[in-house]
Amino acid sequence: MNIQNTGTRLPRRKVLQWFAAAAAVDLSAFPGLAQSPANTNGYGTDPNLAATYAPGDFWDLTLTEAEHKTATALADIILPADDLGPAASELQLVDFIDEWVSAPYPHQKNDRKIIIPGLKWIDEESKARFGKDFSDLTGEQQTAICDDLCAEKPKTPALAKGANFFHRFSGICMGGYYSTPQGWAAIGYVGNTPSGVFNGPPQAILDQLGLEQTVKD
Amino acid sequence: MPTIPVSEAQSEYDVVIVGSGAGGGQMAYTLTLAGLKCVMLEAGRSYDPTTETPMFQRGDQAPLGGAGTPDKDFGFYDATIDGGWDVPNEPYTQASDKPEEQFKWWRARMLGGRTNHWGRISLRNGPYDFKPYSRDGLGFDWPVSYETVEPYYTRVERLIGVYGSNEGLENTPNSPEGVLQPPPKGRVGDLITQKAGKKIGVPVIPIHRAVLTKALDGKKLAAKLHPGNKKAQKIVADSMIQRAPCFWATPCGRGCSIKANYQSTTVHLPPALATGNLDIIPNAHAREVILGKDGKARGILFIDKTTGKEERVKGKAVVLAASSGETVRILLNSQGGEGIANSSGLVGKYIMDTVGSNLRGQIPALENIDPHNDDGAGGSHFYSPWWEYGAQKAGQMDFARGYHIEIGGTRSMPKGTSPVPGNYTKGLYGKKLKEEARRYYGSFIGLACRGEMIPNENSFAELDPEVKDKWGIPVMKWHWKWSDHELNMANHAQNKFTEMIEAMGGTALPNPNKPGSKSILKGGEIIHEVGGALMGADPAKSVVNEWNQTWDVDNLFLCDGSPFPSNADKNPTLTIMALAWRAADHIIEEARKGNL
Repeated sequence: MNIQNTGTRLPRRKVLQWFAAAAAVDLSAFPGLAQSPANTNGYGTDPNLAATYAPGDFWDLTLTEAEHKTATALADIILPADDLGPAASELQLVDFIDEWVSAPYPHQKNDRKIIIPGLKWIDEESKARFGKDFSDLTGEQQTAICDDLCAEKPKTPALAKGANFFHRFSGICMGGYYSTPQGWAAIGYVGNTPSGVFNGPPQAILDQLGLEQTVKD
Repeated sequence: MPTIPVSEAQSEYDVVIVGSGAGGGQMAYTLTLAGLKCVMLEAGRSYDPTTETPMFQRGDQAPLGGAGTPDKDFGFYDATIDGGWDVPNEPYTQASDKPEEQFKWWRARMLGGRTNHWGRISLRNGPYDFKPYSRDGLGFDWPVSYETVEPYYTRVERLIGVYGSNEGLENTPNSPEGVLQPPPKGRVGDLITQKAGKKIGVPVIPIHRAVLTKALDGKKLAAKLHPGNKKAQKIVADSMIQRAPCFWATPCGRGCSIKANYQSTTVHLPPALATGNLDIIPNAHAREVILGKDGKARGILFIDKTTGKEERVKGKAVVLAASSGETVRILLNSQGGEGIANSSGLVGKYIMDTVGSNLRGQIPALENIDPHNDDGAGGSHFYSPWWEYGAQKAGQMDFARGYHIEIGGTRSMPKGTSPVPGNYTKGLYGKKLKEEARRYYGSFIGLACRGEMIPNENSFAELDPEVKDKWGIPVMKWHWKWSDHELNMANHAQNKFTEMIEAMGGTALPNPNKPGSKSILKGGEIIHEVGGALMGADPAKSVVNEWNQTWDVDNLFLCDGSPFPSNADKNPTLTIMALAWRAADHIIEEARKGNL
């Protein structure tokens, strides 16, 4: 996912398509360019692993403007700004969600069948209750709907279906959010930094847990 | 890494090696350092871990956060390229449509094969493991004993670098003093499991893994490994100096650009190439062993995948180290499908995998502990070797062989999927969700059974009479069945894991698999496929002798897992390398005598 504060990131794939169309050049003349984005079936079995990627690099992002808006609002309710970390929207989490539901793999295609109708449903529910799309509701109104979806036993079959969507959508959001450095800080992952030594857990933690370091120097 | 197209191959080599993983890599290393000219055929592309390994890339820099897909089964950053359960253009078939009677065949198609991504767990077989039939009347004995193989285990450990400790436990051999590298410190998950194990009588000790925890003393080690061979000593010392010790970050499954862990492409192939005695031909899909009129192997017929054309390389001896399934495929397809080295009729028979069964537990004591770096050596630090030999001998168990327990980490780097199981955050959103995710993250322990499967008549591979791959070569058809020994083992593991988790004050996560035997993973899922061309003392009852040499074709050697007559819970890679080194010494000796 793209870590930037504002604006919509332009997928490299799109840029290349425009580049190709505008310049009417044969992309195969640029082997490095032609290989990476041309695969519409996924990233294949031999992607360049040493590179870094952003949503849209391998397959088109497909959320409509309305879906994009609703997903952004909902992701911010699920993962808001607080003392643990920034809001989902600050991390452009919707791009990750879009990449996920647009992916050409079985697991993600299955999720798409839950997420796309779910986004539509939550807007319809918002309209029916409050006369506006979900993203245009007040915080209180949004919370009212989410509380119903989080109830132990949803009151109606429609809400039960909505709850299933909400749970899956949350799972995808968490997958994306916690894969970022800001998400690492929020959940308490520390690492991915080289070090000359590995001392194991700090003594304070061992003491707290009543454990002893059994591998001695 | 440097490779050649087939057009540049020499007209004849001393040895043709098929496969570039643990067995092929070890063969190439030992033979070329002794001065033999070798050509290596690899079915995939060339691969260079020093430039291709994603060492510090984060989930948010990968598609889907790095989560696994059918293109990359173990996640985007897994070292494997062009490999997995399904390889394009190279199908395989199943004899049964029942899922529990199917074998999932994992293949690598890249230089270095599976050694690029493997778990680096490097356990020696113990004395019992070479003579299982003599102990309990099941399966087969090996024609070699622990004492015979021991010097080769030591050589391999010195070469590749293995961390661990000597605990002197039953059938869990010590290495000679000074051979092992220092074990890494226990992490929270290791230490809490060790404490719980103590309560219920399960030993938990440092595991042995092929990762450097300190720099190798290249000069000293090379002198020990290659006495009297100055050229080899220099090359090996130079190669060892290129390897840095672990810097305690990034999972080993991605490979290692600093060469801290063993992979064929960082440890075996660089010195072999430095001798000038090795040519590597990539994208070479082996089809048949070419047999001369004198009944000797003359080389390999293969498809150059870059042109689709049939090509040949010739050698005075041939080594198949293509993985059990592939070696069986090549043997059975040879001589136009008549097969070779199969007078026993046993090629393809008795294929084994490892028994896998997993359980996770949630441990309240680990909730909300202070964040701290738990990356460690990028894989296991501790494990439980099998501890119930006595009870089995006394007839108190309903399965005959052992399993070891691997301990899953607690605070690993999130990658694309929620770091907390969904039901722990269900019904939550907002600040409460983030707090609960933080509370539970790091509070889960995964325990994994990795156990011995006993070879049986129902688990084997043969040529499919109809289905062919893209190049018209008949493909493997798999037959699979677990016996009660394996199913009962999985059941035992589930009960034991529940007990261990409860001894930590935790709760086992609900397991849909009841009884525990249903938790057994599919055949092939642990990717420890061995057998199919068993080693033995009797030509009528085995395919190869104790030198991995086929009984029928005396210049044909099988140096992957295919000769394994049993599959102890000790992961197979270290034993594959030890036996390959031993077989290579035999080939060198025969070459000196002029017998090649």
